[in-house]
Amino acid sequence: MEEKYLHYTPQDFKSDQEVRWCPGCGDHAILSSVQKALPEVSKVLKYNLERYVFVSGIGCSSRFPYYVDTFGFHGIHGRASAIATGVKVANPTLSVWQITGDGDALAIGGNHFIHAVRRNIDTNILLFNNQIYGLTKGQYSPTSPLGKITKTSPFGTVEHPFRPGELVIGAQGKFFARSLDIDVKLTSELMIEAAKHDGTSVVEILQNCVIFNDGAYDYITDREHREDRVITLRHGEKMVFGKNRDKGLILSGLSLKVVTIGQGGFSMDDILVHDAYNPNPGVHMMLANMEFPEYPVALGVIRNVKDSTYDDNVRDQVLEVMKDAKIKCVDDLLNSGETWDV
Amino acid sequence: MDKQKNVQELDEVVVRFSGDSGDGMQLTGTLFADASALFGNGVNTFPDYPSEIRAPQGTVGGVSGFQVHLGNQKVNTPGDYCDVLVAMNPAALKANAKWVKKGGMIIVDADQFNEKGYQRAGYKTIDAVTELNLQDFKIINAPITTLTKESLKESGLDNKSIVRSKNMFALGMVYYIFDRPLNFTEKYYETKFKKKPEIIEANKKVLRDGYNYAGNIHAIPNTYTIKPADARVKGKYRTINGNTATAWGLIAAAEKANLPLFCGSYPITPATDVLIELAKRKDLGVKTLQAEDEIAGVCTAIGAAFAGNFAVTSTSGPGLSLKSEALGLAVMTELPMVIVNVQRGGPSTGLPTKTEQSDLNQALYGRNGEAPMVVIAASTPSNCFDFAFQAGKIAMEHMTPVILLTDGFIANGSEPWRIPSMKDYPAINPPIVPENTENFMPYARDEKRLARGWAFPGKKGIAHRVGGLEKDFIKGSVSHDPMNHQRMTDIREAKVQRVKEFIPEQEVYGDKEGDLLVVGWGGTQGHLLTAVQEMRAAGKSVSLCHFNYINPLPRNTRDIFTRFKNIVVCELNMGQFVNYLRINFQDFNYHQFNKVQGLPFTVVELVDRFNKILEGK
Ligand SMILES: Cc1ncc(C[n+]2csc(CCOP(=O)(O)OP(=O)(O)O)c2C)c(N)n1
Ligand code: SF4
Ligand SMILES: [Mg+2]
Repeated sequence: MEEKYLHYTPQDFKSDQEVRWCPGCGDHAILSSVQKALPEVSKVLKYNLERYVFVSGIGCSSRFPYYVDTFGFHGIHGRASAIATGVKVANPTLSVWQITGDGDALAIGGNHFIHAVRRNIDTNILLFNNQIYGLTKGQYSPTSPLGKITKTSPFGTVEHPFRPGELVIGAQGKFFARSLDIDVKLTSELMIEAAKHDGTSVVEILQNCVIFNDGAYDYITDREHREDRVITLRHGEKMVFGKNRDKGLILSGLSLKVVTIGQGGFSMDDILVHDAYNPNPGVHMMLANMEFPEYPVALGVIRNVKDSTYDDNVRDQVLEVMKDAKIKCVDDLLNSGETWDV
Repeated sequence: MDKQKNVQELDEVVVRFSGDSGDGMQLTGTLFADASALFGNGVNTFPDYPSEIRAPQGTVGGVSGFQVHLGNQKVNTPGDYCDVLVAMNPAALKANAKWVKKGGMIIVDADQFNEKGYQRAGYKTIDAVTELNLQDFKIINAPITTLTKESLKESGLDNKSIVRSKNMFALGMVYYIFDRPLNFTEKYYETKFKKKPEIIEANKKVLRDGYNYAGNIHAIPNTYTIKPADARVKGKYRTINGNTATAWGLIAAAEKANLPLFCGSYPITPATDVLIELAKRKDLGVKTLQAEDEIAGVCTAIGAAFAGNFAVTSTSGPGLSLKSEALGLAVMTELPMVIVNVQRGGPSTGLPTKTEQSDLNQALYGRNGEAPMVVIAASTPSNCFDFAFQAGKIAMEHMTPVILLTDGFIANGSEPWRIPSMKDYPAINPPIVPENTENFMPYARDEKRLARGWAFPGKKGIAHRVGGLEKDFIKGSVSHDPMNHQRMTDIREAKVQRVKEFIPEQEVYGDKEGDLLVVGWGGTQGHLLTAVQEMRAAGKSVSLCHFNYINPLPRNTRDIFTRFKNIVVCELNMGQFVNYLRINFQDFNYHQFNKVQGLPFTVVELVDRFNKILEGK
């Protein structure tokens, strides 16, 4: 048994293809995060390189598979979820990673996306959310905020955006995490968590498109405000954030509320502890939906719940039926049922 | 029973069972067909059912029919017109009277021909015979409902179940008229209702009472018998319909290739049964995924093909439209896959339950870019098995998507089939790339077939990327080079054309030269063959050239065409195949015969048309 999986470095996951994203595009950082995470994933899950398959749709983000030196499939716009599903069902031993954009996953591919999540097929979906159509040069996407001015909305959009986390949990998603493109460390960590989770793992990565939507996430990425405006959730830990680690989340009535520890009578004891494993989606949904300025934006693993996966169910059912089947080959099949001799 | 009746021997007979959707006519017809097949007759059947699941009871829209054609030889069609019509209510009579041969027999359930029945079926009067002009037909007015109630009054069954058995009474009558043995059907009850002995007994009793009733009434002066076909090949037989045969042929191809079968599909009439039959076959390891739509169906199949399964997707016209873009991806990535398209009346939702051959253009051309694909058409219910198998073999050995066209007519039609043995089918050897192949190039091709290698994820040392962007000729990496695109376009077409060298030559039924060559493709074969046989029996110089391989066409096609004075291309569309032939072989003059009524050809209209061509009209 070759134990190659113990010895990979990020270099092993770099292909010889020239990376063609714009300089400064958030996709570069995400690529590094993945290349950094894969040696670790290999070690933890004992995966050799040939087990990885990267599947994508169409978009800037979807060029990703060319840049990782594994098996790869650059599909058609919106269909990555379906293609990835086919790959996984055909060979459940593969580690299938889907790379998709906000347009690819949530507009043209919305249907496939929610159904992949609902089935809980064991794939890892990395959703690059830049709130814009990058490849086609700057039209609004289903995650562009209401009123956003783009080439196809010169007077601002008049439609409400999707919140990917809400959609995932609404589709009975079992794993949802969020990261920032620039936070390579956190993104890598989430990749590993996603890979370890059996079932559809969706990781939303807030990604800056320098050309067509530059600065969309400045309000949470700029060094000065970042810590006050995001909360990085960790299972089993208190939901605290802020430069001085003095802010936290409590449950007030049926909603979350931001409080300052030591003020208004709130102490650390009042602050919620993050339970990512709780099957009840209520708090997870609220965490995923938190928006600035009322709340900090939640990063980290928001939901991580065990359930049976589609691919396991397929395999188990086949084995179960085969166990005491009378029909064992096509000849048996052809001769089954009503027949007669001439 | 009155054994004085005359027994007349017939060569063939056509019986049509019709009634309300809830009257169980499909089962009745199937039992009659199976009993006749077991008896040894040539049999061919066709169901004709409404697209509404539960149209209002007693209305013409809710009439369901099942036609059975029996012969003392192989019969190739379900028959144009019937000798005997069973009509369980006024609506069934109204909808089907036009399909009865002049002077034919019509058995009706007299109990249903009351004011309410007439009214629901939309009659203007309460006299069907006059209103439908049935004076020249032999009408048997049997109070079937009453007699069924009488027959089962001591059965202990509730009234609803009793009334529901009236189809078996009618079946018993037909069994008497055609001198059919009852034991096959009795055996069916015994297996079907194993756990409900009272139902077995009730069914047996009604069937027998119907049989005896027919024997006792004087309205039925003669009975008929159709001898078993004697020219049949020895062997074990079963009844099969086209959709089941298609599903099984795909499974057979997977077995011969020694690869798992994956089917991604979305239900659509009349193709759903392919998915249903495959879903049953978990015992053979078949994986079926009922996708969220047809696009997902084909895309999951593409993913499965990439990962090394024999991948298929099944659909009908509107679904094929949805799959178009992804089929281009399959062409570009040169992955093997079979797309089964069971054609129905179009465009749009069209005539979902009716047959047509109008998706040929879509199969040949319905994709963006230059996207050639192998197209094959099955032509009988049972040969769906062989062509599904062939489609799989070509797809996997030539690394190309293959469209298999069938249609609602052969998909739902059934016939006796001599069960083949898998040892008589060829091996399937896909060009699977071994692990650690040195210098592996994803788009390097073998010279014989021009097929690229199939490199499964999970195998060491052959990691590579594919996708919808144009590929470098050898390396498979993205290439925008102008000459490379030309070269790739050329080789994708050449690869499909190369299949010509691996398919059999086109056969001709009849003489190899003559006055008229009848040309057809796909599911019209039975009708065209019957028409040509009739004309040849009458001494006419007519032959049949019926195509199963559409793209590429068999290599001797032109040679066949040159030997006939006239060519007529017959198809259930407005001329899609004839125009394809015009593009390929411009130097011939083609007559054409087209029909789009949601119905198969009739032999009568074909013979009529061919005679006119021979007469120079
Ligand atoms: C069927 C089809 N429709 C439209 C397009 C054009 N198209 C390509 S990518 C894209 C949007 C990409 O946006 P997103 O998925 O957010 O990816 P990004 O480029 O932002 O990473 C569109 C509209 C296409 N390639 N195919
Ligand atoms: S257009 Fe935007 S998303 Fe696309 S590569 Fe450039 S910066 Fe990145
Ligand atoms: Mg985008």
